[in-house]
Parts: sequence; structure tokens; C-alpha cells
Amino acid sequence: MEKNKYSTEEAIPFWRDERILRVLGQIVFLVFVVSLFAYLYNNMITALAAQGMTPSFEFLKNTAGFDIGESMIEYVRSDTYGRALLVGILNTVYVSIIGIFFATILGVILGVARLSTNFLIAKLSSIYLEILRNIPLLVLLVFWYSAVFITLPRVKEAISLGPVFMSNRGIAIPWGIPSETWSTYLVVLLVGLIAAFVVAWQLKRVGEKTGRPPLTTFWSSLTFFAVAALGWFVLPQAPMVADYPELKGLNFTGGHVFSPEFMALLSGLVIYSAAFIGEIVRAGIMSVSKGQTEAAKALGLTGFQTLRLVIFPQAMRVIVPPLASQYLNLTKNTSLAVAIGYPDLFSVGGTSLNQSGRAVEVIALMMGLYLFSSLVTSAFMNWYNKKIKLVER
Amino acid sequence: MTTSTSEVLAPPTERYTILGWLRKNLFGSFWDSILTLVAMWLTYAMLKPALVWGFGEARWQVVADNLKLFMVGRYPAEELWRVWAVLYLLAAVIGFTWAAWVKTKEKTAYVLLAIPVFLALLPFTINIRLMILALDLFGLLGFALGRGSNPKIKNWSIASLLLYFPVGILIIRGFTAEEGFMPVVPPDLWGGLMLTILLAVIGIIFSFPIGVSLALGRQSKLPIVSWICITFIEIVRGVPLITILFMMDLMLPLFLPAGIRVEGVIRAFVAITLFSAAYMAENVRGGLQSIPRGQYEAAHALGLSGFTTMSFIILPQALRAVIPILVSQFIGLLKDTTLVMILSLFDVLGIGKSVLGNPEYIGTAKEVYIFVAALFWVLSYALSYASQRLETSLGVGER
Repeated sequence: MEKNKYSTEEAIPFWRDERILRVLGQIVFLVFVVSLFAYLYNNMITALAAQGMTPSFEFLKNTAGFDIGESMIEYVRSDTYGRALLVGILNTVYVSIIGIFFATILGVILGVARLSTNFLIAKLSSIYLEILRNIPLLVLLVFWYSAVFITLPRVKEAISLGPVFMSNRGIAIPWGIPSETWSTYLVVLLVGLIAAFVVAWQLKRVGEKTGRPPLTTFWSSLTFFAVAALGWFVLPQAPMVADYPELKGLNFTGGHVFSPEFMALLSGLVIYSAAFIGEIVRAGIMSVSKGQTEAAKALGLTGFQTLRLVIFPQAMRVIVPPLASQYLNLTKNTSLAVAIGYPDLFSVGGTSLNQSGRAVEVIALMMGLYLFSSLVTSAFMNWYNKKIKLVER
Repeated sequence: MTTSTSEVLAPPTERYTILGWLRKNLFGSFWDSILTLVAMWLTYAMLKPALVWGFGEARWQVVADNLKLFMVGRYPAEELWRVWAVLYLLAAVIGFTWAAWVKTKEKTAYVLLAIPVFLALLPFTINIRLMILALDLFGLLGFALGRGSNPKIKNWSIASLLLYFPVGILIIRGFTAEEGFMPVVPPDLWGGLMLTILLAVIGIIFSFPIGVSLALGRQSKLPIVSWICITFIEIVRGVPLITILFMMDLMLPLFLPAGIRVEGVIRAFVAITLFSAAYMAENVRGGLQSIPRGQYEAAHALGLSGFTTMSFIILPQALRAVIPILVSQFIGLLKDTTLVMILSLFDVLGIGKSVLGNPEYIGTAKEVYIFVAALFWVLSYALSYASQRLETSLGVGER
């Protein structure tokens, strides 16, 4: 075809055509990144080959051969590396969940106290927040461990607070031992749970019908506890027997002993994270405009009703996203346990790495696991966040 | 109906009397009074033993004996004058910047000048006291230099701030051979508070360009670029810093060609920089997102290219908005650098741990760790106070 000779438009040369440039630029970038990684990977393989190793995860089936201080599942030193790492994962999850639970409670108390009209309470809370937020967590952990928990008296002279004993071997508290009727009792608890859900659902319907939301959470948990208490006394034998710690020989028997490492890690994590959660809660409550409180008062709501029905639902929207990242931080911070010898994932990973010499594999595995837990938590929080988000017109 | 003017009440006075204040703020209601009493008892129960211990039983001698270790670690004693020189330079730069930007003799200036005086009151040797007091001298010198109405002084002060860090690091590291004027002190000998601060400062400086590029990359419309940036940012933010430090410590030697040896401190620098870059990227992205679309459109309408729009319109505004956040990131990084202790480097916490390993100081864990915690507290609190001031003077929140 002949070209239109009146057209002033010429085809843009490809080196100035933005569409082509964009694709080209990306290809160049990709090639750069890939070749950088290939170079690093190649170096790594060469270095490993010089030590006579090739990366593989086969070593996970080998015998670990080291002891772990505390474990939630059976573990002996002849178990595999895989199992040792599992022990570490469970310990990390365990301390994270308990830590999140207590840090949230303490944090909410601190956040509310900071806003109290009581001068002394507000000042004390703000001093706590200002001090704890400006100290590194690791310093706090090391302090708790080596200046508090292991300087407690020896077992023979343990400090006793009622049935609780505190010594440099840990904190011994009374614990329940399941008896024969325990399995039946679990069924009772399940029934209680179902009943609680039914009550909650009914109350919610009533609330929607009448426009007067009842105390759903309160009544449904009351139902659950009522069923649980009823089951406890109706069963021929109590489903759990209390077991008190006792001093026998050089250590405690009975009850449950929390090791100094666990206690130091937990208390460090809780009081540190609580300071940050406290600030988040305070910011959330302050973000609800004063007019809301005044309007609620004008409508004749009581102080508690104002908090429950007006302030809190609105504050939650501001609180949840930073709270989620705080929970994630707490979970990641459990890795500092290695400094005080609590066998969390990182600490067990480090030992496995030293024993097996499999640096690359162990590090990749640990990073993958932390990443996975972060992604799961943030996915859950995003879902929750979406649920309570303000629905705009 | 008329209102009688004679019945106008006097203004309430309770706010202005001590009793009124007490009643309002501490004993407002029955429960308030109980809370107050409980809080008072709690304060007393905690403060009394703490004070008795702190001023009586505590053996603070351990801190005094090892002060040099806590401050600079194993840095050679005959080269210590270089650390002092860097500090004097800092004082001078601060004085100069103050004169150029703030100009007035505000209260804060006196507080800054009072810090060395206060430090000199602590029980040091007379030499060290004089050295500390000289900080004020250099600060005032800088202030004197920065006075005057030369319009270029503001530019000079920014230049001096930017130049300060590389020059300071160069002085601390040294650049001549063994017998020269400033022999090289290898980073493995850096330690104590100096190492802590250097790790944080270098981390934040190097992560800045990487973080800004990552943030721009993440915002980019080119899918491959943005995906690679997102992957990097999310991976780094999803794992604890300690795993990154650990990875760099063990794997950096593997990644590099055989024969290149990297010192432990440098590996920590690399790890901290990468870690900080991912967080920096997210902070900068926050700044970028705060720029209204109109700015892009206006730049487009003026015929600016994408690159010019970014460097002259968007980034200057975005970075200004994130400066206060960067200060808090710096504080976080300062606290996070303690993790290098786990790699057996001698930052201020690592020094504390090694001091406690000395049989002479057994049982002084409380003293040592409280001292370390107090150091961090003073630094971070001062920085966060400064960042609040910065925020108001930049007027970030008001726009």
C-alpha cells in the first residue's frame, strides 16, 4: 500500500515509543535482578561445594542429638531435626498467644488509664508508657532474666505466696490434673458452647427487632459458664483435681513450673508490648470526636453505655490496623528469646544450624515460617478490619 | 420577667485552690478516691524499695569502672581524641544550624547548653569534665559563626549537616597507615554506645536512598518492577530482624566470591540497612500517598516528564511529610541495634554482658542493665521530643 503523502505523522522510532520503552525497561530490570541473584546463588553453591555440601532438606530426618529445655510435645535427643524444629514452632506459638492475651489486657487498661480524669492514675500510666516505649526490648528481656528471675532465691528458700512458689528454678503454681470424667466433661463444655451460641443468636435477633441491643457477650458467656459449672458438680467425680506444687528434694513436684526463661520472655514481651498497645488504644479513643460523647449524654445514655455503644465501636476502627501490626511485632519479637535461652523457633533453629552445619536450609526454613505466620495474621486482620469498617453511603 | 442583676454569681474558685484541685482531679467520686488511694499505695510500695536500693545497696562502681568500655568499647585509648573531635564537630554543627534556622536564644538552646554542664557535674576526673564542658564552647563557636544575615547560611548549614556524617565516620575509622596521623581503626574494634549510634546512623543514611527507590518502585505502574519491590518489602517486614542479621552473618560470606572477608560489624551494617530500607519504603509510600492527585495532574498539564514530576514536585512534598516519621524510625532502629549482641558484637548491651562475665562484677546485673536502659531511654526520649518540635516547626500536621 502506498503511504499517504499528506500525513505529517511519522511512526515514532521505537527508542522513543513509551510503550516499547516500558516493556524494555522492565526486561532490563528483570535481567539485572535475576542475574544478581544467579551470581549470588552461584557463589553460594561454589562455596558450599568447597565444603562438600549441596543444599537439601534431607538433614531434617537426621537425629538432632541435643536437648531442649522445655517442650509441649514428647521430645528426646534421639528425635529428628524436624521434630526439634516443631518443638520450637510450638513454643513460639505458645508464648506468642499468651503474650498477646496479657499484653492486650494490660495495654487496654493503660490506654484507658492514661485518659482517666484522675490525675494520679493518668500520670502513672503516662510515666509507664514513656519509660517502656523508649527502652529496647532486648535490654528489658536480659534485665528480667539475669537481674530478676535467676536471682530469685534457691529452691530451698523459695519465696512462697500461698500455693505459688518462686525460686531461681522458676515459678511453681497449682495446676489441674484431668481425672476419669474429663472426657465426659469436654462434651458438657461443647454443649455449653453451643448453648452460648444459640443465646447470642437469639439475643441478636431480639436486638435487631426492638432496636435495643442487649448485653450479648455478657449473657452468652454467662450461659457457657453456667453450663460448665453445672456439669462440674453434676458429674460423679470432679473432672479436674487440683495439684499443688511441693518441695521434694532439690526440686518441685506437682503443680506446673514455668521456667525462668519462659517467665522472663513472657513478662518482657507483655510489659513492652502493652506500652505500645496502650498508646494505640488511647489514640483510638481520642479519635472519637467529643461530640459523640456529648450526643450520647444528651440522649441519656449512662457512662458505661456510652463507652460500649458509642465510643468503642468507633474507636475499634482506628485501633485494629495498628493493633494487628503490634501483634505481629510481638510474634516476631519472640525470636529474641534466643538471648535468654528459651527454646523458641529461632533458638532451636540456631542450635540445629550449629549442629548440622546446614546454614542455608535452616535460615530459609526459619524465614519461611516467620513469613508464613506474618502473612496468616495479616490476612486474618485484614478480614476483621473489613468486617468492622465504616460502611459509607 | 426580668432577671435580677444582683444575683450574678461570682466565678467559681475551686479550680484555683489546692483543695479544689484535689477534689476535682483526685477525689471526684467514691471510686475515684479509692483508685487514688490504691495508686498512692502502689507508688509508695514500688518507689521506696527502688530508692533504697538505688541510693544505698546498688554498686554503681561497676559502671564507673567500665565507663570507657560502655562508651567506645575496645577503641584504642590513644585514638580516643578522634571520638572527642567528632563530638565537638557535632556541637559546632548544631550551634551553626541553630544560628542559621532558629536564630533566637530560645529556652531549648539553654537546655542544650545545660546538658554538658550537667554531665560535667557527674563524678568524672577533672580532665574529662573539662573535655565535656568544651562541648559548650564548640557549640557557641558554631553559633557565632552562623550568625549574620547572609542568605546563604541556611544552605551552608544543610551542607554541614549532610557532610557531618561521612566526615565523622571517616574520622572514627581513620584513613592512614599504621604510623600515620589517623591510623585505621578496624570496625571490629568499634564498640559500646559509639557502635550502637553508628549502626543506627549508618543504617538510616544508607537505607534512605534504597527505601525511596523501593517506595517509588512499589508505586510504579510497571508490573515487574512493582512486584519485585513488593516482594522484597514484604519479605523483610515479615521476618524478625534477628533472622536477617543471622542470615547476613552466615550467608554474606557465602554469597561473595571466595577470598573476600567481611568483618562482623560490616555484616551487621548490611543487614540493618536492608531491614531499615523496607520500613523506610513503607514510610515514604505513606508520604507519597498523602500527595493529592491534583499535584500530579498539574505537573502533567505543565508538560513535565514523569521523572521531573517526581523529583521536583512529588518527592520534595512527600519527604517533608515523612521527616517526623523518619525520626521515630531512627529511634526504633537505635533500639533494634541491640540485637547485634546476639551475634556477639560489642554494642552497648554486648559490652554490658561481657562486663558481667568478669568475676569481679558478679551480682551487678541490675546495675549494668539499668544503666544501659537509662542510656537508651535518654537518647530516645530526647530524640522523640526533638521530633515533636520538628513536626510543629515544619507544620506538617497543619496542611
